[in-house]
Amino acid sequence: MTFFRSRLAAAWLIAAGAASFAPAAMAQDLELTIMAPAGAGGGWDSAARALQEVMMSTGNARSVQVVNVPGAGGTVGLAQFVQGAAGSPNQLLVGGITMVGAIITNKAPYDLTAVTPLARLTGDPLVVVVPASSPYQTMSDLMEGIKGDVERTIWAGGSAGGADHMLSALITQAAGADPAKVNYVAYSGGGEALAAMLGGQVTAGISGYGEWQGQIESGDLRALAISYPEAIEGIEAQPLKAQGIDIELVNWRGIFAGPGISDEDKATLEQAIAKTVESPEWQDLLKARGWSDYYAPSDEFTAFIASESERVTSILTSIGLAE
Amino acid sequence: MESLAFLMQGFGTALDPMNLAFAAIGVLLGTAVGVLPGIGPALTVALLLPITFKLDPGGSLIMFAGIYYGGMYGGSTTAILLNTPGESASVVTALEGNQMARRGRGGPALATAAIGSFVATLIATMGLAFFAPLLVKVAIQFGPWDYFGLMLIAFVTVSATFGSSPLRGLTSLAIGLWLGLIGIDQLTGQARLAFGVPNLLDGVEVTTLAVGLFAIGEALHVASRHLFNDEKPIAIKGSIWMSRQDWRRSWKPWLRGTAIGFPIGALPAGGAEIPTFLSYTTERKLAEKPEEFGQGAIEGVAGPEAANNASAAGTLVPLLTLGLPTSATAAVMLAGFQQYNLQPGPLLFVQHPDLVWGLVASLFIANVMLLVLNLPLVGLWVRLLKIPLPWLYAGILVFACMGTIAANPSVVELMMLVAFGVLGFIMRRYDYPIAPVVVGLILGPMADSALRRSLQMSLGDPMVLLQHPGSATMIGIAVFALLAPFVFKGLARFRQDED
Repeated sequence: MTFFRSRLAAAWLIAAGAASFAPAAMAQDLELTIMAPAGAGGGWDSAARALQEVMMSTGNARSVQVVNVPGAGGTVGLAQFVQGAAGSPNQLLVGGITMVGAIITNKAPYDLTAVTPLARLTGDPLVVVVPASSPYQTMSDLMEGIKGDVERTIWAGGSAGGADHMLSALITQAAGADPAKVNYVAYSGGGEALAAMLGGQVTAGISGYGEWQGQIESGDLRALAISYPEAIEGIEAQPLKAQGIDIELVNWRGIFAGPGISDEDKATLEQAIAKTVESPEWQDLLKARGWSDYYAPSDEFTAFIASESERVTSILTSIGLAE
Repeated sequence: MESLAFLMQGFGTALDPMNLAFAAIGVLLGTAVGVLPGIGPALTVALLLPITFKLDPGGSLIMFAGIYYGGMYGGSTTAILLNTPGESASVVTALEGNQMARRGRGGPALATAAIGSFVATLIATMGLAFFAPLLVKVAIQFGPWDYFGLMLIAFVTVSATFGSSPLRGLTSLAIGLWLGLIGIDQLTGQARLAFGVPNLLDGVEVTTLAVGLFAIGEALHVASRHLFNDEKPIAIKGSIWMSRQDWRRSWKPWLRGTAIGFPIGALPAGGAEIPTFLSYTTERKLAEKPEEFGQGAIEGVAGPEAANNASAAGTLVPLLTLGLPTSATAAVMLAGFQQYNLQPGPLLFVQHPDLVWGLVASLFIANVMLLVLNLPLVGLWVRLLKIPLPWLYAGILVFACMGTIAANPSVVELMMLVAFGVLGFIMRRYDYPIAPVVVGLILGPMADSALRRSLQMSLGDPMVLLQHPGSATMIGIAVFALLAPFVFKGLARFRQDED
């Protein structure tokens, strides 16, 4: 029954948080609630719980609760957060590039301009792979194949309209084919898509590098490229940019506060997160999870979101998922 | 035999007193969350992740496995006693289990579920230990066309099995399929039938539907007839233990359920629900007294319960060998592995054999603990039925609403729960079977994406379904199962005419 209680306590905290306008607290006194706009086990949930763990162990917050509000690529959680966390100094939301896409394809009532960006936290490289048995040895072989017959180049990856789908469209475009014709088979996640790759049912696949790391290292999958702007230590596959293909796409995740919070509250939260991110505990955790540090402070992150929203809209329009 | 040596070593790890304690905690927590509708093992493991970070990897993974197995186990208790399935995998258990409980046979129902789960888990865990690497090679060859074939078999058998006539079964199935269409289409990312309600974009939650139809519908039904009908469920009639006849009728369904559950659980998109439906249908077909089905046939509890636990062990096959989580709980467990810098996948068995075999050994131990924990409690559980009806159903209503809110805190979700409750009441009133609705909701979207993925890969050529031997065979079986009853009926008439 303790789980029930902690859930109820979390719900109570949201209610209390929305009602109280406590004066700006010292960072170490922070009592925070982080909303993961997805179910347990996903990327946002693990990011929220990682942050919870490190903020508490480094003393940058006294207590941190994580609540899951799953639904529609995070837009259900976002809408609830915009309404419930206005002006609140102790409520946070995790989000990322998939949410930017979901806002556009779902025509969500709120976008990320409705919340206060605090920091960009992590950025995972996507990896382009082919099965070990594939005739394609290099990225340019794959590009040739796409140019030859775009429809017969079958891609497998995560959800439709997500980062994986966007990258397949960008590569198709770079190969000189029509991105609207991409034959992209969407799976619920990198895991299920992996089975299709290993079973040799598709030509190529895209997923977060970490999800397929085991199969890449064991030689079951051949990694052709990563979508990160520069090479990453420990990853053999080279960036698309280094291979002469001018594409970068990072699966970034960031943290947001509610709309209209006071400048002092914002400064306190920013500082607490900046300190957490600098700590050796956070760096160790990133290494353990295979995440890349992609930290950017509030101002830079706000500008970044604006440019990403524009870019994502144009990619989704090219695929035909947005008008 | 190398595996056996490793397994012995694994038992050494798992029998460490600390690890035994972790297994016990896991099993207890798992059973508790399995009993509560809405709070699944996935959430529990996620909540515990930061706490277990300080522990050693072996201990915490052993605890997670205990929660997982315990959750599969606990879900059956409420399904049998209160007609409120705690997990979607125990929906089928409620069908016969609750009928048994009302006739005073709640004890044997719980016992056959507990022992069946034990037997199934034992066999399936052995399968996991020895055949995982082999099984996974077969599983990844299973293409979308094969999944579609499997779904077809499930549809045909289910609609023929439930309800007083195939037409009623099909009508219920159609309602489920329609509900399954609601939400974002997985292949194109476009919303279907959501009417701009953001909470509908992710579709209808299976537990909300199951709890609404079963528990709330039932409560409304009982309330509507309370004044005219003083037929009360009998708490205990006869022994609360299984009789010799119960044992005789249970052991084959346990084995068949395991044989169905384990391989389907090992499929990357198999899940725990399909094997329970298939097992129920199989038992009904093979039963000596098929007329007892719907009135509390013990085979209908023994088979599906074995199947859902065997599939839980099956799920660990792709998780450990491919790093491929096929259920929400497995996904959280994957995060648990990663937090210790372990990458489940083809190299895990080679790089960390001590850990993998320790986990497998502790699954055996968790399994024994579950049996020890559950059997003595049977006598206590069945006393729940002695609570006066109005109290009992009021309790169930509160319980169902709280569980739904805990899993998904939104008003829309609660409204859906009530709407499904009313639907369940109407269907009961007019004698339509309820289970096919749940089947349709679970399998509809899976069949939809399997078919469309197949066609996407074949560039629109439907022959792809017949070109692969696996899917061709399964589609053949489905067509045969659909037509055979009519053909045999016709033949019988033909012979009669000759006489």
